[in-house]
Formats: sequence, structure tokens, C-alpha cells
Amino acid sequence: MTVAALFFYMFSAGIIGSAFMVISARNPVHAVLFLILAFFNGAGIFLLLGAEFLAMILVIVYVGAVAVLFLFVVMMLDVDFAELKQGVLQYLPIGALIGLLLFIELVMVLGGWVISPEVVRVVETPMVEGMENTEAIGRLLYTKYVYLFQTAGMILLVAMIGAIVLTLHHKPGVRRQNIADQVARDPKTAVELRDVKPGQGV
Amino acid sequence: MAEFFAIYVWPALIIAGQSVLLMAVLLVIIAFLLYADRKIWAAVQMRRGPNVVGPFGLLQSFADLLKFVFKEPIIPSSANKGVFLLAPIITTILALSAWAVMPVGEWIDGTTLVVADINVGILYIFAISSLGVYGVIMGGWASNSKYAFLGALRSAAQMISYEVSIGFVIITVLLCVGSLNMTDIVAAQESGLADWLGIPWASFLNWFWLPLFPMFVVFFISALAETNRPPFDLPEAESELVAGFMVEYSSTPYLLFMLAEYVAIILMCALMTTLFMGGWMPPLDVVPFTWIPGLIWFVIKVCMVFFMISMVKAMVPRYRYDQLMRLGWKVFLPLSLFMVAAVGFVLQITGWAP
Repeated sequence: MTVAALFFYMFSAGIIGSAFMVISARNPVHAVLFLILAFFNGAGIFLLLGAEFLAMILVIVYVGAVAVLFLFVVMMLDVDFAELKQGVLQYLPIGALIGLLLFIELVMVLGGWVISPEVVRVVETPMVEGMENTEAIGRLLYTKYVYLFQTAGMILLVAMIGAIVLTLHHKPGVRRQNIADQVARDPKTAVELRDVKPGQGV
Repeated sequence: MAEFFAIYVWPALIIAGQSVLLMAVLLVIIAFLLYADRKIWAAVQMRRGPNVVGPFGLLQSFADLLKFVFKEPIIPSSANKGVFLLAPIITTILALSAWAVMPVGEWIDGTTLVVADINVGILYIFAISSLGVYGVIMGGWASNSKYAFLGALRSAAQMISYEVSIGFVIITVLLCVGSLNMTDIVAAQESGLADWLGIPWASFLNWFWLPLFPMFVVFFISALAETNRPPFDLPEAESELVAGFMVEYSSTPYLLFMLAEYVAIILMCALMTTLFMGGWMPPLDVVPFTWIPGLIWFVIKVCMVFFMISMVKAMVPRYRYDQLMRLGWKVFLPLSLFMVAAVGFVLQITGWAP
């Protein structure tokens, strides 16, 4: 148990430290890299909880795909820090409000847990004995929550189609490679013999 | 105190010892595979290849190692120094750490030779190998050079695209196995088509390469793209980008990038061996073959896949960038998505699903 506690404090310190660096780093690329470190430590905490499937999915989806695109975009941005700094005070009230709301929610969750622990028990689905993490999630997701799961999939599909529709522009006159056409070419259509008279072009 | 040693210190020491042993053997094998790669490449082009250092040039890789290590690392003055040096280290650590869950053979008493036999082994490998792109992006960005940056951008797009089809291929295999554990994946290939045909000695017919042959091909090509191997080596296309994201690197940091690339390639070979070619199992279940230990079979199969990858490098011209993207998104993605559905359908109809 000592080792688990040790690792817990290590990962927690990692999350808090890197989350702080995300908002305080001067270079936006460094901020994204610290965000990735925070994701990684989050995956570590999932592992300690015995949720190894969630830990791996967190790394694959967030670190391996989402954060790469984040980094991709942030790297190509030309950020003007002086201009960015000017707007800070303007947005401070909204930021503070959101922070306060999150804080209140956290306090309520923790408060509920401290005052009546049995309330939390009712909500959670008990872990089946002798079943692997992955299998347990799969069984729950594809039976009890199958409609919600499908709805989430539909929402993602709509979002994807929306993004494609918004960004797709068909430019006229763009030459595109058609591999079938290229393969179907034969010497008869591709080569043409002409008699060229000296001193004149084709 | 004795209890503390028995519970914490001793297992930690054992795991550390296993990891060091695996890493040492792996790196020595890679040194010779790198030499083999260059020799094969040279043979295809009717050259001699490395033949000066040691007998037949066998020690060439070690000579290269010493040369790289003793050179001065040059860091560009406008580079972002921390990230610049972190990038090759991260790439190498990630590439090596994926090997922790790879089962390489079977011990005499039937236990698997693997450092960490975890439940979600294949997901772990997929997660770690999808992180390989960070080293490339960080290196390309921190170099503060246009060539390096273009190489990094290309590589990010390429690796993300081909990861999708690799994921689907892994899913089709997992549908046939019913477990995410690497050892279970190999064990699931113990019986299959050969038993069904009534020729149980031909155990190579049991492996997944035959029933899932299209997926085997898709995985092979995607593995080439994922590890930036020719014909998909666009991130470092030397005719356009000099050396891509590695332009500004020299000495040991460059060596680390090269090493990580080869470790990742061997990992993909090992993954193909495990997923499609029965891991450490002998190809024929008859006497002279079954005497040879599983570890040897595993190494032989990995070398065979590496030979194929090496021949592709020697023979196939480099893809253009739009062709690469077309292949990934318009050919492999629909094909592998269809195969996931088809395999699931067949398994459900026939009741073969585990």
C-alpha cells in the first residue's frame, strides 16, 4: 500500500505542477507540452485506481491524437504576447466566475461524499468479481447504456460532417490525379507521332 | 525489514534485471539488423555495403555508435534548447518502453518470457507507439528551421493517419482473440484452420495471417508509414527536406533518433509476429521444429518480417505526399473498417466468437 500511496502523491503532484505550468508558461508550445504531461499523470492515477483500460484510452485518445492536433495548431500560430497580455484584465471576471463555479461543484461533490458516503455508493455500478476492466466496461456500455452510447456516436458523426462541410471548398480547375485513368492509358492514346518540318514548331 | 525486502525490493530488482537484459539483447540485435538492412539494400543495388570494420563489416554498427558518441553535439543558437534535447530522449525512451509488454518466448515450465504481463498489453503498445510522434514534432519545432518544421508537420499528419488503420487492424485481431493480453493473442493461434482441415501438424495454417490476410497486408504497409520507413519516409525525404526533422541534429541526439527509429521498426516486426504469425510457436508441429526453443522462433520470425521491410526500402520508390494521404484515408481506412464489420459478422454467425 505504501508504494501505491507514494505513486499517488507523485502523480498528483505531477498533475498539479504541470497544470500550473500550463497557465503560467510563457511559450504556448511549452504550455501544451505541460498539458500533455498532465494527461499522462492523469493516466497514472487511473492505473492506481485499477482502471487500466481507461488509462490506456486516455493516453491513446487525448495524448496520442487530440493533444497532437493541439500542438500542431499552436506551433503554427504566431502569438503576439504583448497583445495577449493587454486583454487579461478584460477577461478576468469571466475566468474568475468559471473558476468559482468549478470550485463550488468540487466542494459539493466532496461534501456529499463526506456527509453521506452511501449516496455515492448508490450511483456507482459495483465491479464484478473476477472480470477484467475492459470486459466490465464493455458489458455495461453495450447493454445498459447502449442508447446513450449510440447517441454520443451520432453527435460525434454530426460534428465531423459539420466540420467537413464548413471547410470543404471545391475549387474549379484543380488538376487531380486519377490513378484509374493513368493505369488505363496505353501507347495508342498516350503517344502521338507527328512530322515536324525543320525550323517550325509542332 | 526482511519482509520489506521480500515485498518491495526483490520484485523491483527482478523486474529491473529483466528489463536490462531485454534491452541489452534488443540493442545488440538491432545493431546487427541495422547492418543487415544496409547489406540487403546494397545487395539489391549491386554494391558491397559496409565491409571494412570487422569480418564482412559485421562491426560497422558499433563503429558508427562510437563515432556518433565521440562527436560534438551542435545545438543551433536559435533553437529552444530544452525541447531540442528532450525530443530525442523522449523518442528513444518511448520506443524502448513499448517492449515491456512484448512476450518473446516461453520458458521450459510454460511461463511466458515477458517483463510485464498486463491485461491491456496491446493497448499499451498502441498507446506508446502513438506517442512516438511527439519526439518528431518537438524536434522539428525546437530546431527553429523551416526544413525541420516542414518535416515535423508532415510526419505528424502521416503518423496520425496511419495509426487509425493500425487501430482497426488490431481490433479485427482482437475480435478473433477476445482478450487484450499479448500472451492470450499468441495462445489463441494454437488451434485454428489446420485442426479444422485435419492436418494439425501444419500449425502455420493456424495463425491469423491466413484468415485475416488483407489485414496483414494493411498492417504491414501501415507499419512502414507509422515508423517513417521508405517508401513513406516523407518526414526526412532527403531530396526535398534535406533530412526533415533531423536536419539540425548531430552526434548523440541524432544517434538517439536513429536508434528509436530502428527500435520502433523492430517493435512493429515483433507486433506483426505476435498478431499474425503465432508469436513464438514453431511453424510445423513436428519433431525437429518443436525442439527449437520458442525464443529462437520468435527472433527468426522477426528477422523475416524485417527482411521484407528492408526489401521494400530497397525496391519501392517514395510516395508523393498526396498519394500517401490518399492511401491512408481513402483505401486503408474504408477497407479496415469494412473488415472489422465483416469479421465481427462472420464470428457472430458461425459462433466462433470467443
